[in-house]
Amino acid sequence: MATFKDFRNSVKPNWCPGCGDFSVQAAIQRAAANVGLEPENLAVISGIGCSGRISGYINSYGFHGIHGRSLPIAQGVKMANRDLTVIASGGDGDGFAIGMGHTIHAIRRNVDVTYIVMDNQIYGLTKGQTSPRSATGFKTKSTPEGSIEQAIAPMEMALTAGATFVAQSFSTDLKDLTALIEAGINHKGFSLINVFSPCVTYNKVNTYDWFKENLTKLSDIEGYDPNNREEAMQVLMKHDGLVTGLIYQNTERPSYQELLKGYSEKPLVDAELKLDQEHFDKLAAEFM
Amino acid sequence: MINQLSWKVGGQQGEGIESTGEIFSIALNRLGYYLYGYRHFSSRIKGGHTNNKIRVSTTQVRSISDDLDILVAFDQETVDLNYKELHDRGIIIADAKFNPKQPEDTNASLYAVPFTDLATELGTSLMKNMVAVGATCAVLDLDINVFREVVQEIFGKKGQQVVDKNMEAVKAGFDYMKENLAEDAVMHLEKADGKKRLFMIGNDAIALGAVAAGCRFMAAYPITPASEIMEYLIKALPPLGGAVIQTEDEIAAVTMAIGANYGGVRAITASAGPGLSLKMEAIGLSGITEQPLVIVDTQRGGPSTGLPTKQEQSDLMQMIYGTHGEIPKIVLAPSTVQEAFYDTAEAFNLAEEYQCPVIVLSDLQLSLGKQTVEPLDPNKVEIRRGKLQTGELPEIENKGYFKRYEVTEDGVSPRVIPGMKNGIHHVTGVEHDETGKPSESAANRNAQMDKRMRKIENIKFDTPVYKNAPHDEADLLIVGFNSTRGAIEEAIGRLENDGLKVNHAHIRLIHPFPADEMLSLVKSAKKVAVVENNATGQLANILKMNVGHAEKVKKVTKYDGNPFLPHEIYSRCKELF
Ligand SMILES: Cc1ncc(C[n+]2csc(CCOP(=O)(O)OP(=O)(O)O)c2C)c(N)n1
Ligand code: SF4
Repeated sequence: MATFKDFRNSVKPNWCPGCGDFSVQAAIQRAAANVGLEPENLAVISGIGCSGRISGYINSYGFHGIHGRSLPIAQGVKMANRDLTVIASGGDGDGFAIGMGHTIHAIRRNVDVTYIVMDNQIYGLTKGQTSPRSATGFKTKSTPEGSIEQAIAPMEMALTAGATFVAQSFSTDLKDLTALIEAGINHKGFSLINVFSPCVTYNKVNTYDWFKENLTKLSDIEGYDPNNREEAMQVLMKHDGLVTGLIYQNTERPSYQELLKGYSEKPLVDAELKLDQEHFDKLAAEFM
Repeated sequence: MINQLSWKVGGQQGEGIESTGEIFSIALNRLGYYLYGYRHFSSRIKGGHTNNKIRVSTTQVRSISDDLDILVAFDQETVDLNYKELHDRGIIIADAKFNPKQPEDTNASLYAVPFTDLATELGTSLMKNMVAVGATCAVLDLDINVFREVVQEIFGKKGQQVVDKNMEAVKAGFDYMKENLAEDAVMHLEKADGKKRLFMIGNDAIALGAVAAGCRFMAAYPITPASEIMEYLIKALPPLGGAVIQTEDEIAAVTMAIGANYGGVRAITASAGPGLSLKMEAIGLSGITEQPLVIVDTQRGGPSTGLPTKQEQSDLMQMIYGTHGEIPKIVLAPSTVQEAFYDTAEAFNLAEEYQCPVIVLSDLQLSLGKQTVEPLDPNKVEIRRGKLQTGELPEIENKGYFKRYEVTEDGVSPRVIPGMKNGIHHVTGVEHDETGKPSESAANRNAQMDKRMRKIENIKFDTPVYKNAPHDEADLLIVGFNSTRGAIEEAIGRLENDGLKVNHAHIRLIHPFPADEMLSLVKSAKKVAVVENNATGQLANILKMNVGHAEKVKKVTKYDGNPFLPHEIYSRCKELF
């Protein structure tokens, strides 16, 4: 059995000291070990950004693609090999700006992939421009007068898009985050985990202290029921989205692969490529 | 006796024009005739003039004909728009219902046949197209029973009565026409050989080629004229355990296909120009990460939405150069439906052998033109997976990575897929070292770039150029790609009749360009005419760039949305002398 150490590799992350992404990396490594994976059975697919580098910092199969497209790549990998555990990950710009179309559709498609967003409310890699998660009034290099746009509410958005697993966490809560990633991996269908992962270099507003002050743990709300979509929406609205924990899970809706007619039970990658003559003749006959 | 003829049916889109053409051509295909059908349609669903021109011949034909023998018209617009194609002895068969007017400046004769009325008498005006088929039958002196089998297949599900009624409609049209047709107007078509052959569009062949090559996953976004590929695979893949996902856009389609290929499945995506433009960044990703990828581009009139339902060949430059940075890439351009089948299948082998994107370039005329095809042989489809590792891999010490990008002599590195023990490595679109770890060192950059580009220097492809070059010293070399092949062949026949020595080269491997082979052909010709459906002469420019001899190379272009007709190529080439 692999331990979290087996998911470590020899590459030294180029993140700034104190960057929230370190804990996300550690949480993925622990969760992977806790659910009993071997490194070769995990594929981490990431986008572009500081956060996108994460696939290179985990000892597993890793694919660092193009900006905003980690989700379609991840879904392709999962379709090819349903026995693999596939994690997609990237920043809030990656997932909620350039990749937003894919995020919404991955949610409603419900392919069995776990998507972890490292949400720092800013563009880190490109050195500090506004992100769709930046609050109105937030001053950045590209919004010197303060952002005049409305921030995206990814959790509410996921709920309305028909998500079957929606969770949020804070990167210092390593234990909770690890547990949520495990739950996401075990969930049959698409799981979205938004992680507040502070950028210590460019975001001087949404700092560790800021989050500590403003976040509410769902576990502290008495009787909170993550199977109730309406309640989930209410709690998000009440707290302006600043809650952590499992917000919503629907265990009844089957995943895309389970619903897909004809889709091979064994991984597609093991399918016989050669078509037998009889099958070919049947196909050809339709054109005669 | 004639050995070929051209028949066209036209009317408003949504009026059953397509099914009239379908029934007519399937029946004749089964008699052993070679058919070539080309649909003219607008991007509207209902309304707007549409027509289907079908050529029938006792030998293989791959082009629309210059003229027309029979025009079946469901409205006056069809008559007005198309009668000029009719030759002197041509016939217009028009629905009496719209009081068709005989155009003045033609010797073709018009027969008003009560398509709608006869059909209505038999039960429903919907059968007017069957009446039209029957009337055609009389002109061709065919036994109407040749249609019985097809009618049975199409309407059988609706019950025997519907089948019988439709056959009655065919007979009504036949009888009416027989009675009214001038004796000498009958066109006696030579008997065909009765051999069973396929009748399909290029897109069917592309899709079938993919299935035969072991493709089990497709991700795509609908677009004319590529959608049929997806629609076919959505039926053909599930029985094989595979799947098709209609994605949210083309970027998702191509990246999902990249993910699936990385995952180890043979996966495809298909689109037309607008979609290919969106896929460009991802094609670069496939290039630098050395993931196999098969992409189909069915060209249509551009730019932007351009002429979405019309023929054009203007994506050539985009397919070769349209990604930022430099990658190894292979571009194939089949010119017949047969080639579309085999080349698509082979694209999967090349993609895995050279670990790079392979574009199967088609055009609207090839993708949607329906033609008779000699039987396809799945045993000719090889499955070669290149350096894909199977079996157990040696253990790697100290958590090192597998050398997925090992610098090798041929530039191709061993490939592993996720799930394989001891195969862990990193994949990134960032420049990387042999194990996939990001690296910006100049030496590494050179080593990796050189290795990638080296891969396709000597690619093996069976027939990079289709040649019909009987002359050691030719007056003219005609060069083309994709669907222009049939029209060029016919034009050459006429040019040769005029005493010119003409060679023909149809380029099937567009990139890497078969420069040596083309150079010797160009050298041995006095003039070179490059025939293509675009405004700037893209293939001519590529030819000049690769083989020189710019003074010889003449551009024969057409970009009005319509395919070349043989006589156009003939006269444009004549002008060169
Ligand atoms: C197509 C494209 N556009 C723009 C960029 C430049 N770019 C790289 S990362 C990034 C945004 C980074 O922000 P985020 O996704 O939030 O990740 P972070 O760096 O904050 O972790 C941008 C705009 C790119 N790489 N590709
Ligand atoms: S710039 Fe910000 S997001 Fe990027 S590594 Fe540094 S702290 Fe992390």
